[in-house]
Amino acid sequence: MDLYEHQARELFADHGIVVPRAEVTGSPKQAREIARRLGGRVVVKAQVKTGGRGKAGGVKLAADPAAAELTARQILGMDIKGHTVETVMLAQPVDIESEFYVSYVLDRAAGGFLAIASAEGGMDIEEVAATRPGAVARVPVDPAEGVTPAVAARIADAAGLPARTVDILVRLWEVLVREDALLVEVNPLVSTRDGQIMALDGKVTLDDNALFRQARWGDEADTGHDPLEAAAAAKGLNYVKLDGEVGIIGNGAGLVMSTLDVVAGCGARPANFLDIGGGASAQVMADGLSVVLSDPSVKSVFVNVFGGITACDAVADGIVRALDTVRLTKPLVVRLDGNNAERGRALLDERAHPLVEQVTTMDGAASRAAHLATTP
Amino acid sequence: MAIHLTKESKILVQGMTGGEGMKHTRRMLAAGTNVVGGVNPRKAGRTVDFPDRPVPVFGSVAEGMDATGADVTVVFVPPAFTKAAVTEAADAGIGLAVVITEGVPVHDSVAFLDRARKRGTRVIGPNCPGLISPGQSGAGIIPADITKPGRIGLVSKSGTLTYQLMYELRDIGFSTCVGIGGDPVVGTTHIDCLTAFQEDPETDLIVLIGEIGGDAEERAAAYIRDHVTKPVVGYIAGFTAPEGRTMGHAGAIVSGSSGTARAKQQALEAAGVRVGRTPTETARHVLAVLDSGA
Repeated sequence: MDLYEHQARELFADHGIVVPRAEVTGSPKQAREIARRLGGRVVVKAQVKTGGRGKAGGVKLAADPAAAELTARQILGMDIKGHTVETVMLAQPVDIESEFYVSYVLDRAAGGFLAIASAEGGMDIEEVAATRPGAVARVPVDPAEGVTPAVAARIADAAGLPARTVDILVRLWEVLVREDALLVEVNPLVSTRDGQIMALDGKVTLDDNALFRQARWGDEADTGHDPLEAAAAAKGLNYVKLDGEVGIIGNGAGLVMSTLDVVAGCGARPANFLDIGGGASAQVMADGLSVVLSDPSVKSVFVNVFGGITACDAVADGIVRALDTVRLTKPLVVRLDGNNAERGRALLDERAHPLVEQVTTMDGAASRAAHLATTP
Repeated sequence: MAIHLTKESKILVQGMTGGEGMKHTRRMLAAGTNVVGGVNPRKAGRTVDFPDRPVPVFGSVAEGMDATGADVTVVFVPPAFTKAAVTEAADAGIGLAVVITEGVPVHDSVAFLDRARKRGTRVIGPNCPGLISPGQSGAGIIPADITKPGRIGLVSKSGTLTYQLMYELRDIGFSTCVGIGGDPVVGTTHIDCLTAFQEDPETDLIVLIGEIGGDAEERAAAYIRDHVTKPVVGYIAGFTAPEGRTMGHAGAIVSGSSGTARAKQQALEAAGVRVGRTPTETARHVLAVLDSGA
């Protein structure tokens, strides 16, 4: 889960990292009040979970409270890369002397975290790394040791950062560990003309697997703004809305991803990702079907199940019972294979629902579902 | 001979007395796996009567190893306790820890994988189905009745795609199938398994299944080009996944332009790997390679 800039700012402040004075609002009128409290001149920043805000016109300087209200009005409601701006953060401007970049990122291949730091902050770090790789230091962090002052000094030294950043590097590591973050990034980290080291902008990605022990964020889990995704999340389903017309239900993340690809290979577009897991009980199947069928762009549904741990007759029984509670409005193509497949297929044959048809192979069933969705 | 797991393997189950632990220990025993004990400090000294045979419960991994000579542990404990369980197993000096648990915080995985590396314990997982050497032993949840012993080795990020390929190639049979798991950080990689399969005299061909996220498949491709002489057939899932969305597995996410299925497919093909467009076509590639006598 990504945090908004203002949430990252709060976290940094909680861990003793200096941040600019700032407040958040969704109302232009309040923006004027906030600007007055902050001394008049403010930076108005769109709060969206995507990069490139500056280029999109989502970050602007306002000279006085009236200008802050006007600017907030312009930025609120703006669309930045598909994200609607619902709140803005107003921050006190800072007198910058120099800008740096620091982050801790997960290095999947190494199985640990990597410190990335550069004395050239304020820009897109990937661009800096691509054009001038020597300007970006990458220092692996020993998981057992963490970032001690000595380690932080090595990182600062490798990147050419002033020694005064060492304390921030240690505190930023504390943010990463204590908040169960997968990424903390400060860009820019600035030194001000009055000699302070300050985090001007930040990005934090939290580990969804750790939300159970991070009470502060437990209620903020991303359910997406899509109403179908919200409905699926409320039922505990692992669902992602896509743009196509073939509804997909399957068991196991890998098999469902594969199912989307195979349907796409047949010339149709998948309408969603939905993994009902290994159990695939009647209730889960009914919940899944009702969410997928409530998507108005769905023209056919493909249920693709491989019976590994779960026997196919149990899955078929789940489908049959789901058909009693969910009114089927679109053709359903079912492919059952693996453990007890014959018995499962027989159960569905007995139910003989006019909109349900079975195809025994994954490729054949995908092709049939794609055909049903694309033929008027 | 198989890799990482043979009929000689003696297996402990951490979390055996929980719901999933009981269910899968029963299945492992029914398939002939040599489960020698469970671990649960609160139930130490008891015995659990499974249909196949009674299994003693030990208070710690070290105690279980002392009493039975166990060299493998399968971990079914809940996510909040997984770090402690794997750390305990590594400190006891077990050779292989297979971590089935899904939903382990990444910081915990990083910590116990680091500890295991330093203690010389191989970890498979977390968030994986485990591994099976058909006809010999199975550590985890991969069904034992899909296929038979044979000469294909399989390594995969996905459980159900593993079962699907095992089923499509059930008449050929497998030496070992390893589900390495779908988390961003895992203990055993595609490369680790490629290395072991290349050295295994009972494996003739390797099936590699990958999915979006990270660059493990690209790294595997480079390794294949330089070090693997046995034929490799590949499959990649996630071509239609949108950028920035997690697709079921915590590690299955395309970030910006990195981690795409296309890049993985191209890297594998450039290394001489035949990559199927569907699981079924992948199985056909395997048959074609075997028929050609490679």
